[in-house]
Amino acid sequence: MDALMLDGNAVAGLLQEVFAAEMTTAIGTCSGCGATDAVGAVHVFRGAGIVLRCPHCDNALMRIVSGNSRVWIDCRGLRALEVAL
Amino acid sequence: MAGAAVLGRLTWLVAEVVDIVPETPRVKTIAFDVPEWRGHLPGQHVDVRLTAEDGYQAQRSYSIASAPDSTRVELTIERIGDGEVSPYLTDELRAGDQIELRGPVGGYFVWEPSRGGPLLLVAGGSGVVPLMAMVRHRAATGSDVDMRLLFSSRGWDDVIYRDELARLAGDSLAVVHTLTRSQPDGWTGYERRVDAEMLAEVGPSPAAGPHVYVCGPTPFVKTGAEALVGLGHDPQRIRTERFGPTGG
Repeated sequence: MDALMLDGNAVAGLLQEVFAAEMTTAIGTCSGCGATDAVGAVHVFRGAGIVLRCPHCDNALMRIVSGNSRVWIDCRGLRALEVAL
Repeated sequence: MAGAAVLGRLTWLVAEVVDIVPETPRVKTIAFDVPEWRGHLPGQHVDVRLTAEDGYQAQRSYSIASAPDSTRVELTIERIGDGEVSPYLTDELRAGDQIELRGPVGGYFVWEPSRGGPLLLVAGGSGVVPLMAMVRHRAATGSDVDMRLLFSSRGWDDVIYRDELARLAGDSLAVVHTLTRSQPDGWTGYERRVDAEMLAEVGPSPAAGPHVYVCGPTPFVKTGAEALVGLGHDPQRIRTERFGPTGG
């Protein structure tokens, strides 16, 4: 499974499409362990959807599913997201 | 940081193929003219979208290989045998063909001369592509920042940008190859996978506080980043980008 892992850089386009801002330099705080990381540095797994995981505790930070011109994002693993304006 | 170049909603742009250059038996560089391009930073990438006649769409992300240069954007693409997108891009595209792309995207794995150095770039295979944009931009802007590229390839014929790297090397740009599977006769360079000893020999020392960029397949990046941290490099100064097998 590890070999299928990417990082947050791989979802830069998708996140920018949704948030209309450059998001790989945004800083996320993990709700599991409290670690803070740039979105570009978190682990990303692609399957039927996309899961962003904390590189320290493996907590699922975001789950993203898209289709039919819509995108659904579950952010319960993120305590905070700090975005440069 | 990058201002208007990376902000705002993404829109799909028309890109016309202007040149195709074989790099290695499995890798080609495709140069596009993108009239609405707003510029980019070395290390950023684009999303490429292909649409079949029946409306089916496939999308992939590719690093930009070229330094910022007006409306010209070069992508260097490795052909993945059973891939859905890369065989089309490397085998079927011809000059004058048009595809759709959007970008530039990403801001984490970027470098520009104002960030200074020294720099240690660690590349595995086609992971060299975003790092090459940094090498080229450094040369194009006349920067004399200390930059060292450690480049792991399987064999001499698999070394992407081999001749251009040889031309650019010198002064304050060091290019060090390691060939992991086969070496030409008389090869005196490294012939093993990147490890801590190699990184220490090539590196600026951790005390010099280099910006470190590691790009390659996921296992390559994991090994390299762990070795760098073990050597005492500040994890906050190590930026990584992983190429997965899903890139096809």
